Amino acid sequence: MGSVFLGAVHSIGTTLRIMSYNKVGFAGFIAVMLILLMAFVGPFIVPLDTQTKVDQIYQPPSAEHWLGTDHQGRDIFSQIVNGGKDVIIVAVVAGALSTLIAVTFGTLAGFAGGQVDSLIISITDIVLTIPQLPLLLVLAALVKLNNIFYLGLILGALGWPSLLRAVRSQALSLKQRDFVEAARALDLGTMHIIFREIVPNMMTYIIISFALAMTGAIYAQVALVLFGLVPFSGSNWGVMLSLAWVRGAIYFKDSIWYIMMPVAAIVILQLSIVTMTRSLELVFNPRLRSGE
Amino acid sequence: MPNNNVMSTENQHVILEHEAGSGTPLTLHNVSIVYKTRKGDVQAVRNVSLDLRAGESIALIGESGSGKTTLGLSIVRLLVKSAEVTEGEIIYRRNGKEVNVLALNKNELREFRWKECSMVFQSALNAFNPVIRIWDQMRDTAQSHGWKDKKAIRQRSLELLRFVQLDAERVIDSYPHELSGGMRQRVLIALSLLLDPQVLILDEPTTALDILTQRTIIDLLRKLKEEQHFTMIFISHDLAIAAELADRIATMYAGRIVELGSEDDIFYRPRHPYTLGLIRAVPKVVGDFQELFSIPGSPPDLINLPRGCKFHPRCPYATDRCREEEPDLVEVGPEHFAACWHWKEVAKELDTKPLHITS
Amino acid sequence: MALIELKNVSRTFGKGDERVVAVDNVSFAIEEGEVLCLVGESGCGKSTTGKIVAGLLKPTRGQVLFDGQDIAEMDKESFRNYRHAVQIIHQDPYASLNPTQTVRQMITRPLLRHHKAHGRHEAEKRAIELLEIVDLTPAADFMNKYPHQLSGGQRQRVSVARALTVEPRFIVADEAVSMVDVSIRVSLLNMLSRLQDEFNVTFLFITHDLALAKYFAWEGRISVMYLGRIVEDGPTRRVVMDPRHPYTQALLSAVPEADPELARRKKRIELRSADIPSLLDLPTGCTFHPRCPYFVEGVCDTEVPPLETITAGGRVACPVRKDVSIRLIEEDA
Repeated sequence: MGSVFLGAVHSIGTTLRIMSYNKVGFAGFIAVMLILLMAFVGPFIVPLDTQTKVDQIYQPPSAEHWLGTDHQGRDIFSQIVNGGKDVIIVAVVAGALSTLIAVTFGTLAGFAGGQVDSLIISITDIVLTIPQLPLLLVLAALVKLNNIFYLGLILGALGWPSLLRAVRSQALSLKQRDFVEAARALDLGTMHIIFREIVPNMMTYIIISFALAMTGAIYAQVALVLFGLVPFSGSNWGVMLSLAWVRGAIYFKDSIWYIMMPVAAIVILQLSIVTMTRSLELVFNPRLRSGE
Repeated sequence: MPNNNVMSTENQHVILEHEAGSGTPLTLHNVSIVYKTRKGDVQAVRNVSLDLRAGESIALIGESGSGKTTLGLSIVRLLVKSAEVTEGEIIYRRNGKEVNVLALNKNELREFRWKECSMVFQSALNAFNPVIRIWDQMRDTAQSHGWKDKKAIRQRSLELLRFVQLDAERVIDSYPHELSGGMRQRVLIALSLLLDPQVLILDEPTTALDILTQRTIIDLLRKLKEEQHFTMIFISHDLAIAAELADRIATMYAGRIVELGSEDDIFYRPRHPYTLGLIRAVPKVVGDFQELFSIPGSPPDLINLPRGCKFHPRCPYATDRCREEEPDLVEVGPEHFAACWHWKEVAKELDTKPLHITS
Repeated sequence: MALIELKNVSRTFGKGDERVVAVDNVSFAIEEGEVLCLVGESGCGKSTTGKIVAGLLKPTRGQVLFDGQDIAEMDKESFRNYRHAVQIIHQDPYASLNPTQTVRQMITRPLLRHHKAHGRHEAEKRAIELLEIVDLTPAADFMNKYPHQLSGGQRQRVSVARALTVEPRFIVADEAVSMVDVSIRVSLLNMLSRLQDEFNVTFLFITHDLALAKYFAWEGRISVMYLGRIVEDGPTRRVVMDPRHPYTQALLSAVPEADPELARRKKRIELRSADIPSLLDLPTGCTFHPRCPYFVEGVCDTEVPPLETITAGGRVACPVRKDVSIRLIEEDA
């Protein structure tokens, strides 16, 4: 599988077994799987309620509406189920792009040194100093940001600098390690050294950074929606939050559900991603597995 | 300009007024210590008893897993939280009074540590707080043990730094990373003497130091021993240190003392196969070539110790009895004890192949 | 023709005020099948020299010759040959193995890459053979282990097995047994000696432990280094039993012995100063002169003493004392 790239070749069964060694992390993993299931498969089962029912505004949870209704009488539960997809896709795209750029160029910079390093660092510093929010404001004015893939790509293209610096310094220190020197003496080749000696030892860092990049992207997009910079149609958790906020949903006992549900959904997603990293660590770093 | 020649005789005048005590300042009685881990209880120290007489130096010799460091730390109660002393007492005596160190409360412990019994760690940078100067370290130590007079502390600190043959004025205001390994070790020794303790415990005092630096530390420790009559415990894996500095030596294996005797007893008349194995595994520098022998196998798992004598899987003298019953220390000579069922055979073998050097 | 030869090799680190000459004008030759020990305290340049010999570091000046050829002038093919022929074993068993790889991966990878074995099955077989050569038995048990599941001594053996995959002619052992338990050291050294006997592997054994150097290289030679220079070298027997350079004598005298009688009878050599010079500010002339008990003003602090051959065997860099033998063990004190 993709783990050939990392030298940690495991079958799916073995991977799951290793992840289960950490109870908390495995719980996070299960939670993530369930959320994914809900967000991508759920919409086929629970279609979005778009009908305005004026007589059912801000209903509390009931047998008919599990999470109550919003300011237009629409079912909140269906909105939650349907609203995760966009958020998750943006997060994954942004996180993956950031991590990919950071790992590839950070390792290259750290390992190659010299002019290559200087060049990469200079570019990194420039991007790092670009203020993200104003840039997004400007972009929002120029480009339609309502395509989730574009949004994801843009967020990803802005989020890599600090991660790259960290990856680079890890690569620099790993380069000095004895086992890397041994690999050089054994003439195992630069590609091998980068991808099979250095990167696998950075995996914990990479995983956590990926998780944080994702959570960062989630916040960023919610913020964008909240500021009204992103003219989203349809519903996603960010939009729900924005609408609820604008409607003053926090001020009424019955409408609390409307604003709390998307918040809860976002928080649960973030938490699950971050706890899951504990289990992922075990897969890539054999030293942490105390159960064997 | 700081005086670079620190070997001038004026530094060697005796400035410590340390009365050579009498009696037995320290007794360990049936001490057992366990580390609690997820995988089980690590039996680090098992039923160790030892008397430390005034003015003598004992070396605890063992390799990784022998329990020597754990035992040393337990005397000053610096063990980690997961360690538990499951049985035994550590009795400390001075001027006719005695206390059980393990039963001291926090305040009493503060009085005990550093004032009665202090510890010298390895000179590694992490024995020091890297962001404060040596003077701050000394002052903090003194003040946290109740000594408030800053001027007196400074005076004493300078005296001690001179005693350990350092350029006192320069070193006292330095940061740890500005000093070499040898200098740091000397500072640690000076620090341990700050409150004039009766007993000193030294953990690997010369490991990781260069040969010539090592020699100056050994000579310094010898001075402490012979001129100041300090009572000392050396913890080391290095037999050579024991040969230089110890009056008595206890070899430890898998948490127990397996042999205890005088320097000459241990080096020339060992009666435990492990002691003999250690001696035969350590090469000597001067003189002709000698054959060396390693001890096959590796130390046992302290969570799942084998039955009987813990050394039996590696022992050339092992018999069925060794596999079933763990031997206690028995007297094999005057003031010489070994925990082995077959110590007489070890003695016999040494009659044919003695350990003395041939010049 | 020597297998490895260093000619006037120097290596500098840093620039300007921060310039450190780690290795200063070092020359020596090692014949095939021989053992040379490089001894000295920390900062003497022995590790740096070892890395230069192994081709992992380029000298700032001087040449490294392999089978008579300058490695800096070699074509790709010859350099590859040299690269495989010279391997290194590191000191720290905890840093010398990749924590994310199993023993199997570590050993089969070089075998497959360099076509020493064709296919997984053959590589697996050969890996087991190598593990047996380094006394890791039963070998099959070790194949699936990760480094953190092995003891220090076992890790060092895996390091050696890994080095053997490319069938080296020369091994640089950089403090290879220093971080291993005392009772295991001898067994590791004996294993390395066996490699020398059975496979005709040449060794450069770097250590600060004189007693180990004496044991391992008894039939070979020792080179004593101080602050980047060789101060004495020669057959081990001669250097250890009849040292001529004051630094060598001081070292041998300072080493604590695991024998009380010997410790009592050893000659004490007092040095003039306990200060160790910094590599950033070396003394003039003979760098040992500030500490040397035989210091002669005008001679020792002016010119760098050259290494001169002596009749007893080997070379000594001390015009004042090179022909003077001393006794290291006093008769009954």
